[in-house]
Amino acid sequence: MEQVLIFFFTYKEAIFIIALSIFLGIEVISHVPAVLHTPLMSGANAISGVIIIGGIILVGHADLSHFSLSLVLGILALIFATLNVVGGFAVTDRMLEMFKKKKSRKL
Amino acid sequence: MNEIIGTLNGVDFTLGDSILELSYLIAALLFVWGLKLLSHPETARGGNLWAAAGMGLAMLTTLLLHKDHAGNGIPLTNVWIILSAIGIGSVIGWIVAMRVKMTAMPQLVSLYNATGGAASALVALLEFPNAVAGNFTSLLVTVLGLIIGSVAFSGSMIAYGKLDGKVGDIFAGYMKYINIILMLVTLALGAYLVFSGIPPTELTWGIYLLLALSLLYGVMFVMPIGGADMPVVISLLNALTGIAAAMGGFIYSNEAMILGGILVGAAGMILTMLMCKAMNRSLLNVIIGSFGGGGESITHEQGTIKEIQLSDASILLSYSKQVVIIPGYGLAAAQAQHAVHELEMLLESKGVSVRYAIHPVAGRMPGHMNVLLAESDVQYEKLIEMEHINPDMPNVDVAIVIGANDVVNPAAYDDPGSPIYGMPIINAHLAKNIIILKRGMGKGYAGIENFLFFNDKTRMLFGDAKSSLQKLTNEIKSM
Repeated sequence: MEQVLIFFFTYKEAIFIIALSIFLGIEVISHVPAVLHTPLMSGANAISGVIIIGGIILVGHADLSHFSLSLVLGILALIFATLNVVGGFAVTDRMLEMFKKKKSRKL
Repeated sequence: MNEIIGTLNGVDFTLGDSILELSYLIAALLFVWGLKLLSHPETARGGNLWAAAGMGLAMLTTLLLHKDHAGNGIPLTNVWIILSAIGIGSVIGWIVAMRVKMTAMPQLVSLYNATGGAASALVALLEFPNAVAGNFTSLLVTVLGLIIGSVAFSGSMIAYGKLDGKVGDIFAGYMKYINIILMLVTLALGAYLVFSGIPPTELTWGIYLLLALSLLYGVMFVMPIGGADMPVVISLLNALTGIAAAMGGFIYSNEAMILGGILVGAAGMILTMLMCKAMNRSLLNVIIGSFGGGGESITHEQGTIKEIQLSDASILLSYSKQVVIIPGYGLAAAQAQHAVHELEMLLESKGVSVRYAIHPVAGRMPGHMNVLLAESDVQYEKLIEMEHINPDMPNVDVAIVIGANDVVNPAAYDDPGSPIYGMPIINAHLAKNIIILKRGMGKGYAGIENFLFFNDKTRMLFGDAKSSLQKLTNEIKSM
């Protein structure tokens, strides 16, 4: 018990963030209509590209004085993350545009 | 920006540090706000843009204001390298997103999900040597980030391959045991890396082995899962990518990454649960993949199959009051979304009310049919969810089933031995007439006989869905 309490106190901020984000995630999308399942999934997918910040930090502080495998992999990570972010948001926008187009035509 | 404006817990911080953290807070709020707007049809497009703006803000401030432990900002050369990498990724990502056909949407979502997982795995791999030996949390989040990111990557690539028809289903009973062993070995190695107390710099072999095992597990995990279960798997992989990104957030103690990642993880899990519920199966059941091996089912309760001629079908449709179209993956496979919309408009012009009944797991990803039909300009008021259309089915004159199978199979009600027993279905069998468009007499994805085909009210119209629909439209026009 004491161990658990020590762990909790040490990481209380992180635990608060996790607990509240899970709740928030469930709350925010729980009543989404089926029409939006695909765009929601693809938009959420783009948000998970937030790992791009890690990529920027990684490559940003990489040692450039000599060639290294880490630098190559870091750049690769950055390219992958960008694909996820840019591609994800772009394709979601394209899908949602289709939904919108019909709406306005009807009016 | 470099002027020291205060001290927290004995560490000085600058104006730049404070602005950076503030920008992360704003980015995190924009993610939440964007996701919130994304769940309503009228605001969805704006929501997506807000989330994108949050991402852009976080990227920009990180580039300009981030400092390493020694307090150095990102050098100009590195900035150029970063901008080039982002430039390459943006151009490719944008072009692919703009060019892809709507029918290929499930593949693309999987592919982008794979790249996100790969990025998380690579970040964890490269940060592993920097983790502190004996520091339980820093090692744990790195190892978890690597495992989850790798599984999400290789799993999504296999899902992509399957959706694109490049990878077949490989299923053998023993695979579930191999998978369980593989998972245990992977977790055991992960635990060793975290708890051994050996400095991470000396464990290079271990982390690369872990990477290999995790990638292999991702492949083996998705391999046996059949096409009809794809909506569940895609949402699950989506959730995993989010969690992997959150682990990356812990590596850098970055709250925007943690919140964004967990948010996506939670959203993905909800979708996964929704999809499981729509198939009346547990998540475990989908993952272990016991489909097709269900109990003794009454497979021989066959009747006769009755075909319908185009002219008869046209007359039947033209003189109906209410028609419901039930699309499935076959509609996407035959690219018949425009053809079906044409038929719908023609019938509407003759005063027939036409609606679409959408099963939550019709197609290969959540909401697949909606996106497909939206592309051909079907109004989304006409897309009716299963639970809303079912009470109305007895009043429907003709139900047209296009490329759907398991989602209309009454075995879900009648046959306790059937693998799909208990799964909610669209009650096509209650309609006064049923026309089934089908390529041949193959079974559905689950490999189960469809009782609907032998129903007295059912007539089959064999042929490619697209050409059948076009012929039907022409026939009605010429009447």
